[in-house]
Amino acid sequence: MAGILIYSDKNDYALELLTAARIITASSGLDVRALSINNDSQAEALAGAGAEVCKINNTAIALADASALANAIKQAVEKLDINTILLSSNLRGRELAGRLAQIIGTACLTGVSAVKLNGDKLECQRNALGGATVATQYIATEKKVIAIVPRSFEKAPAGTGKISELEVDVQATPGLKLVETKAKSEDSVDIEAAEVLVAVGQGLNSKDDLPMVEALVKALGGELACSKPVATDKKWLSEERIIGLSGKKCKPELAVLLGISGQVQFNVGIRDAGTIVAVNSDENAYVNKMADYVLVDDLHKVVAELNKILA
Amino acid sequence: MNIVVAMKQIPDLQQIRIRNREPVLDAVPLTLGNIDKNALEAAVAFKESHGGKVTVLSAGSEDLEDTIKEALAAGADEAFLVLDDELDGADSEAIAGILGAALNRIEDKDLIIFGEGSGDNYSGQVGPRVAEILGIPLVTYASSIEINDKTAKVVRSLEDCEEIIELTLPAAVSVLAGINEPRIPSVTQILKAGKKPKEILEMDDLGLALAEKQVITLSNLAPESERKQILLKSADELVKALSSQSLIGR
Repeated sequence: MAGILIYSDKNDYALELLTAARIITASSGLDVRALSINNDSQAEALAGAGAEVCKINNTAIALADASALANAIKQAVEKLDINTILLSSNLRGRELAGRLAQIIGTACLTGVSAVKLNGDKLECQRNALGGATVATQYIATEKKVIAIVPRSFEKAPAGTGKISELEVDVQATPGLKLVETKAKSEDSVDIEAAEVLVAVGQGLNSKDDLPMVEALVKALGGELACSKPVATDKKWLSEERIIGLSGKKCKPELAVLLGISGQVQFNVGIRDAGTIVAVNSDENAYVNKMADYVLVDDLHKVVAELNKILA
Repeated sequence: MNIVVAMKQIPDLQQIRIRNREPVLDAVPLTLGNIDKNALEAAVAFKESHGGKVTVLSAGSEDLEDTIKEALAAGADEAFLVLDDELDGADSEAIAGILGAALNRIEDKDLIIFGEGSGDNYSGQVGPRVAEILGIPLVTYASSIEINDKTAKVVRSLEDCEEIIELTLPAAVSVLAGINEPRIPSVTQILKAGKKPKEILEMDDLGLALAEKQVITLSNLAPESERKQILLKSADELVKALSSQSLIGR
């Protein structure tokens, strides 16, 4: 019976996909295979979580060459008799999903945050209309490519798996040359992993007000995040700190939203938080409707008071 | 240098209201995808400094003939449109097939620019699919593009790293929203936009028929909000509320 294949360039995301695949196959008895491409440590990590791993080692496949990667996965799909391919919906995975679906000739869903097998339909949830709604959709074709948002599933627990090797015949894409890879190190922060997030929006008067917010972040033991305009328009914070549709989707236990109006493009990145606090001078701001605790006041005054109380 | 910019007609997301968890799309005006506007700006800025031509390519309902004026006002020289009332909401696979067929009709295209994802669905499939259809190299998530005679140097900005990639033209790029600030067209530009050339095709002209949808939508609802919405009066009350739930002071 045709099975499920999982692949991500990131080890952690691959382990999450393994969990998703097991949830889907729990009631169907389908096979789950994990694919690792030029990544021995990942093959071992997946086998260490009980996966049946197929390992491809082929120097013609560069990570930056998504077309070559898609081609390698297509060959694995054919050799292993696969119907459903789960990828991670990080940036590389999203591109790969589109390419793979195209060369297989099938439909694809990216940005999927939940999956459920209902009869023979694999129902997927994803944001639609810029995050205003959540659509439940399924792919009607026999073969399916589904890219799953990172951190939507827990990583698979330890187990005993096995590794086998798979040969593919892939050419590097002509006309595409990787000149250099630079790590983004200037401000590496993982807001998705934080249990407490303090996010600032355009209600913050100036960059000079950031230190007092940072003091609050420290007092709460969290990380600093922001709405998109604070990073891309005002450039007060790095883009790694953006919460929202085109930023990070975060699920902290506590989110304190300061001077944020609450447009859907932002809300989609924080609506899964445990408890949400909104501090906003506008009593009609949309953000107040999505908060557990609402304080209608000047955020600068509230932050100063909070810092005093928590000191 | 001729640049083709692919843009999608979408409902203006700021004007969508939710009623009983259902999105209300009646009377919501149509616009072009916000990141698609960054793609257009990148092309127009290059044309202004180096010369050449910018063609905007789009597939959508009949309304597109009007919606596309936004792009023509913002600096595109001409439009290439595929119109069919079934196209709004079509699968990425169908749209990519149409854009691929249309691109094969457009001669002299050195660079095709996409937004990294549409404003409404943000699926990010169409650019990669079209690159596979045309068999040209594509770099996604560009934070900068430097075009030379026969090559383009693109910075691809991913979550944890940047890749500097050299492309041999013809090629394709998808851009991030942060790559530039799209211009707001002047009144004169808006008035002139209606006079710019448009080539309008139907599916038949491309030898295509719209296939049955392969992505089936079962429901599309606003998430239920079960937030407490407790109104507090002071920072002190907030600290007390959060402490009582062990959210602070652990």
